[in-house]
Amino acid sequence: MNEIQGTQLIHKYLRHNKKFPHVFCPGCGHGIVLGSLVRSIDALGLAKDDVCIVAGIGCSGRLAVYVDFNTVHTTHGRALTFATGIKMARPEMNVIVVMGDGDSMAIGGNHLIHAARRNIGVTALILNNNIYGMTGGQCSPTTPSGSFSMTSPYGQMEQSFDCVELCRAAKANYVARGSVFHVNELDKMVTEAISNPGFGVVEIMTPCFTQFGRKNKYKSPVEMFNYLKKNVISQERYNDLSESDRDGKIPSGVFVKKSEPGIEEKYYAMARQVQEGI
Amino acid sequence: MSVKRKGKSKVTIFPDWCKGCGICAAFCPSKVMELSEQGKAVVVREEECVHCGFCELHCPDFAIMVQPKEDKEEINPKLSTNKSLDNKEQSSSATESSSGTSSSQVKEDN
Ligand SMILES: Cc1ncc(C[n+]2csc(CCOP(=O)(O)OP(=O)(O)O)c2C)c(N)n1
Ligand code: SF4
Ligand code: SF4
Ligand code: SF4
Repeated sequence: MNEIQGTQLIHKYLRHNKKFPHVFCPGCGHGIVLGSLVRSIDALGLAKDDVCIVAGIGCSGRLAVYVDFNTVHTTHGRALTFATGIKMARPEMNVIVVMGDGDSMAIGGNHLIHAARRNIGVTALILNNNIYGMTGGQCSPTTPSGSFSMTSPYGQMEQSFDCVELCRAAKANYVARGSVFHVNELDKMVTEAISNPGFGVVEIMTPCFTQFGRKNKYKSPVEMFNYLKKNVISQERYNDLSESDRDGKIPSGVFVKKSEPGIEEKYYAMARQVQEGI
Repeated sequence: MSVKRKGKSKVTIFPDWCKGCGICAAFCPSKVMELSEQGKAVVVREEECVHCGFCELHCPDFAIMVQPKEDKEEINPKLSTNKSLDNKEQSSSATESSSGTSSSQVKEDN
């Protein structure tokens, strides 16, 4: 690593008149995602005015509040619908959506599937903390089977969604998974997802000690990061493991990378054709 | 790389923003930081820093800055003191978050 441009750089993009330190609990991974997002936008050299951050409700949704871009803090589960409208109206804008796992895969699950199917040119960052953070720790579609939450005090019985498989099957252009412990890889994925055409998804494993860790076996935020360090492994390493060794391991990396044109590109191309035809 | 860089960095922690999560202290390869009794990270072995960047990239609260020692550039004045930020707001939320979790604070906005 040569030049580290961490904190100083990030401060250039914050809304300093907002409440700081931010609202996230000590050791919440959401703050690290915020840093990664800012570094990626800076690395791409995007002007602040050309970026629109659309966030849903939840702790993850608060991210939009802190950054000095065009931002919309939308209703629970509807971030992708707002983003779709913005992208269709202003296709030159870099529209980046920030959602929690509950926001994107429970209440907003249908919108996720159809955003991927349409291949709308927005980038979705899915902050997967395995729980509903803001509303007090109810289980979410990604709460691992057997783990504990406010609403599964004897262990979660449901199966959990695999965000990567879901988005791949729904035909998103770009699908990746990273973690807040592996920040350098994460920065690369976020940068790539923003610059790739069509719908891009980065699932980000990020710990919630307050609502998930404490009810499970993690005694401190540091233990949650140790969990990520140990269990989030590259998909190459994951594929080499035997079936039984894969248990509990989370493959990361870029799973899908296509360059199909986004729906907005196709729409404007068609509109031009129709107008010229008249 | 590490040997050459050792001792050449200045590590600054902004206590107003640090929530004492302990990530920096736990993962710093050179054990530069420790948590104080007040639950804040403090720099105790700056000379051991190898400028790996881990702490700066992983602090969820943007409370750490690692700079080359020769770099005389002023640190962000907005951070070195409470004053230029909204004083009232900042100190109240800082107290709340350092006393454990801020989930109550989070819930309000839901
Ligand atoms: C329509 C609607 N239903 C429910 C809620 C209550 N609510 C607010 S945040 C939230 C869950 C947030 O969880 P997640 O999306 O995983 O984000 P996190 O807080 O974990 O970052 C819920 C259910 C709401 N605000 N609106
Ligand atoms: S409740 Fe969980 S997700 Fe929300 S701020 Fe706290 S640690 Fe982060
Ligand atoms: S990582 Fe940041 S917030 Fe956590 S203890 Fe260190 S300086 Fe404080
Ligand atoms: S830059 Fe690396 S060595 Fe220096 S204090 Fe941070 S984590 Fe420790």
